[in-house]
Amino acid sequence: MSSSIVGKKIKVASVGLDSFFNDLKKEGANAVRIEWKPPAGGAPAALKALEELETEEVDQANSKAMAAIFSAEPKLVGMAIAKDVIPELKGMSLSHAGPPIRWERMSGPMKGAVIGAAIYEGWIKNETEINELINREQIRFMTDHDVSAVGPMAGVISPNMPVFIVQNETTGNRAYTNFNEGVGKVLRYGAYGKEVIDRLNWMKETLYPMLNESISKMGPLGLKPIMSQSLQMGDELHTRNVASTLLFIKEITPYMAGSGFTSSQLSQAISFMGGNNLFFLNIAMAAGKVTMDSASGINKSTIVTALTRNGTDFGIKISGLGKEWFTAPAPVPKTLFFPGFKEGDANPDIGDSAIMETNGFGAFSSAASPAVTQVVGSSVSEAIRVTRRMYEITAARDKSFPIPMLNFEGIPRGIDLRLVVETSISPTINTGVAHRLPGMGTVGFGIVDAPLGAFDKALQRFEQNV
Amino acid sequence: MVFFAKILKNEYRDSVFLMRINDQVERMPGIKRAAVMMGTEANKDLMKEAGLYIDQVKEAGPNDLVIVLDADDKGNAEVALNKAQELTFKIERETRSEEEPYRSLRSAAAFEPDIDLVLISTPGEYAYREAMRSLLLGKHVMIFSSNVPIEKEIQLKGFAENKNLLVMGPDAGTAIIGGVGLGFFNVVNEGPVGIVGAAGTGIQEVSSALGLSGTGISAAIGTGSNDITETIGGKTMLMGLNMLDQHDGTKTITIISKPPNKSVAEKVVQRAYKSKKPVILNFIGNEDFSPSGNVDFAFTLEEAASKSCIKATGKEMKLADWINPARLKEASDALRSEQGFVRGLFSGGTINYESQAIFKKEGRSVWSNSPLDKSKKIGGFDSSRDDTFIDMGSEEYVRGVPHPMIDFRFRKERILKEAQDPSVGVILLDIILGYGANMDPASEISDAVNRARAINKSVVFISSIIGTESDPQNINNQVKTLLEAGVFVTPTSARAANMALKVVDRRWKA
Repeated sequence: MSSSIVGKKIKVASVGLDSFFNDLKKEGANAVRIEWKPPAGGAPAALKALEELETEEVDQANSKAMAAIFSAEPKLVGMAIAKDVIPELKGMSLSHAGPPIRWERMSGPMKGAVIGAAIYEGWIKNETEINELINREQIRFMTDHDVSAVGPMAGVISPNMPVFIVQNETTGNRAYTNFNEGVGKVLRYGAYGKEVIDRLNWMKETLYPMLNESISKMGPLGLKPIMSQSLQMGDELHTRNVASTLLFIKEITPYMAGSGFTSSQLSQAISFMGGNNLFFLNIAMAAGKVTMDSASGINKSTIVTALTRNGTDFGIKISGLGKEWFTAPAPVPKTLFFPGFKEGDANPDIGDSAIMETNGFGAFSSAASPAVTQVVGSSVSEAIRVTRRMYEITAARDKSFPIPMLNFEGIPRGIDLRLVVETSISPTINTGVAHRLPGMGTVGFGIVDAPLGAFDKALQRFEQNV
Repeated sequence: MVFFAKILKNEYRDSVFLMRINDQVERMPGIKRAAVMMGTEANKDLMKEAGLYIDQVKEAGPNDLVIVLDADDKGNAEVALNKAQELTFKIERETRSEEEPYRSLRSAAAFEPDIDLVLISTPGEYAYREAMRSLLLGKHVMIFSSNVPIEKEIQLKGFAENKNLLVMGPDAGTAIIGGVGLGFFNVVNEGPVGIVGAAGTGIQEVSSALGLSGTGISAAIGTGSNDITETIGGKTMLMGLNMLDQHDGTKTITIISKPPNKSVAEKVVQRAYKSKKPVILNFIGNEDFSPSGNVDFAFTLEEAASKSCIKATGKEMKLADWINPARLKEASDALRSEQGFVRGLFSGGTINYESQAIFKKEGRSVWSNSPLDKSKKIGGFDSSRDDTFIDMGSEEYVRGVPHPMIDFRFRKERILKEAQDPSVGVILLDIILGYGANMDPASEISDAVNRARAINKSVVFISSIIGTESDPQNINNQVKTLLEAGVFVTPTSARAANMALKVVDRRWKA
C-alpha cells in the first residue's frame, strides 16, 4: 500500500479554493487544479446518495464492470431470421428501440415503423388497418434491449426480419441487430411506403441469404479491429461509419464473390452496402450491446450499461440496478437539417444507437472524427472538448481504441452514474434525427445531451436499495 | 420563386460539412430554401422531394458539388451563391482553447496518477466525500475545511489507517511536506526537525522559529483540532509520529498541541517513549509530564522550538530580537498608575491559549472568548474587562468574513476601542506572515496603532511576528514598518506575553 510521504517532493491536487492552487503554483509546487462545484448543483438528497456510493465496494464493482468491458471480444458470428434466435419474437410480436412504451404514447416515427413492420409481416395491408390490431391488443411490444437486441432509430425488429448475430467470445453472450437500410425514406425513421417494404423484402430475399452464407464461410469476424481501425480513419462509429463500412465490405466480398450468386445479385448487394455509409452501424451497435451486457448485473456497480430512446422517453440502465429502466422525457436533438426540412420537423430523440456512446464511441469519440465535428459544433477544437468532457464522467480510457488527435489517448469508456450526477455533465450523443410524423423519414443529423433526470432517478434507487 | 444553381465540378466535400453550409446559406436574407450537396442519385432524390431539382442539376455527377437556391430575387441569390462557394473553400482553423479543466478528482487521478496528496478546501458538508474519494484512489489527504461532522472524521481516519494513508484535518490549517507548503504556512528551509501539530498557528510559530534560526524542518504534519479528542484518539498524530520516526532525514520530533484528552495524551507520550529519536512534546501550558529518556516537554512554543533545535543540532537556537530595552523601559515608565491591564487581540488561536497560560502562571487569570479557565468566559464581541484576550479567529468572528490573518478590519476596530479604556497599559498582538496571510499586515497594524495613539498616547503596543525572510511578505520589511510605528516586536508569542507582563507588572502589583 501507499508509503509515507514524509520527505517526498509531493504532487498535490487542490479541490476547493482556487487561492490554494494559486499559492501552490506560486511556491513552485507540482499542483493540479480540480474545478470544484457543489455536487449535483448542491441538492442535499443527491449529496447524501453520492456519499453513500463513495465506497470501496462500489469502486471494486466498477472495476469488475470495466474489466468485462475491456476484455469483451465481440465477433460477428452469423445471421438468422429474428424469430429463430429471439424466442420472445413469437406470433405478432415486435421489439422496438428505447425503454418500454405503449402505442398511445409512441412518437410518429415509432408508429410509422410499427405500421411498416406490420405490413412487412403481412399482418395488415395498409396503415389504416393498424388501429384495429392495436384496439384488439394483438401486437405484443417489447424493447430490443430486453431481448438482447439493438436497432437504430425506431429499432423495430419483427419476427421475419433477418438479423446479424454478434457474440462476445469472452463470455459467450450474444446480441442481435437488423440490417441498416440507409437514410431518407426508411423504416427505422418511420417511413412505410412501398419503396420501404420493397427494400425490406429485397434484404430478406437477396441480401440476407448472400451475407448469411458468406459470413458462415468467412467464420467469426472480429469487430474490435475494424472499429479501432475505422476510428483512426475518421469514423466515430455512430453518425459516421464510412471507414468501418468499407472495411467490412473488404472483409466480406471475397466470400460473396466465391458463392453461387449471380453477378447481378452481387452487384446489387455490394453497391447497396457501399452506398450506405451507415451499413456497419448496426453491427457496431450489436458489438456495443454484447459488451455492455457482459458488464451488467454487477451488484453495486454504478456503470451505465444502456442509454437509449424510443422517441418519447429516454431510458438508461445501470449495471448494479439490473434490468430496471430509469427514464426521463427524450429531448429534441440540436439538428442540422437536410434541405426541405426545418426546425419543428424533428422528433424527440430516438433509437438504440446511443449504445455507441454507452460503449465509448459516437460523441464520446468526437475527437477522432474531424468530419463529424461539423455536426458537433463549429470546429475541431470543440470536438476535442466534447471528448475531454466525456473523460470527466467515464471510469476509464481504453487504449485499444486510440484517438490520433489526442496523441493516441484511449477513448472514454464506462459512464459512471456517480460522476454524471456529481458534475451535471450529460453524456453527449451524436444522432440521426427523424421527422416527427409517421411516414416521413430522416430530416437530418444532430447532437443531444442525455437528460439528467434519468440519472437522478437511478441514483435515488441506489439509495433506496441501501 | 426564382431558382438559382451552381455546379462545382469535382469538388468533393463531406456531406456533414455541406449540411453546415446549407444551414448557413438558408439563413441568409432573401433565401427561402437551399440545397448544398454532392450530386449523387440519393441526393438528387432528396432535391426532388424538396422541389429544388431544376434542370441545371441534371448534369451534376456524384463528384460534383451542387448548390441550388430558392430565392426572392437575383441579387440575394448571387450573394448567397458566392457565400456558399466561399464557405466551401474556407479552411477552418482550429481555435486552440484552454484545456477542459478536471471536474473531479477521479479524472485528475486517471490522467495524472502521480498525485500524492489532495488538499481539500470545499465547504465542510462536501469535504467528507472528496476525502473518501481521495483515500479510495490511494491519495493522502489534507482537509482544510472545517465543520466536518465528527462521525465522518472517524470514518475517514479509520479507513485511512487501514490503508496507511495520512489524513490531516479536518480543520487542518498548516502543513509542509517535502518542502511543499499547504494551506497557511511559512517558507522554511529543510532541516532535521519534524513537526506534528494539532494547532495551526502553533506549527507556524515553531516552524518559523526553526526557519529564522537556520535550523529548518523536515516536515510539518497538521492533524486538525479534533484529532486529539477521545473520539478520534490521536490517530493522525500517532501516524505522523510513526512517519517521522521512520524518516531518515528527521533527527528530532516536535509535537505541538493544546493539552489533549488525558487518554490521548497518555497514548502519545507512550508512543514517544518508544521513538528512536528525541521527541519534544509541547502540550501548550501543560506541566503534568516529566522528561524521561528521549522525551522532553516544553511549556511554550518557543521552548519547543529551542529544545528541538538543541536536540537536533547540538546548538542553541538563536533568534533575532528587535527590542530596544531603553525604549521599552521608557514606555513602561510613562504609563499612568491605573494602566495595569493587558488586552490581547490575537489572530492565532494557539497563541491566545499560550498567552493565557503564561499569564496564569503569574497568577493572572484572563477573560477570553476562548478562556483557559471556564469561569472567565466572555462573548467575542463583549466589552473587555481587566486582562482580556480575544481569539479573533473564533467562529463568531469568521462567520461570512475572512480570517483575521487576512482581513484586519475587526482587529483594527477593536484596537481603537481598547485604547479608549484608561485601565489599559498594553495591547498585545500577533502578526502571522506566510502564504495565505495578508500581504502587508504590518501596515494594517501600524495604521491602527497611529490612530490609537491619537486617543491614548501612553498605551504600549507589543506584537509577536511569525514568519521568515523567505515568506512573501519578508519578515524584515514587516518588522521595520512596525518598529517605525513604535510597536515592540518579538519573534515568538511567549516573549511578547512575558514582555507585556513585565510592562504592566509594577502597576498591577501596586
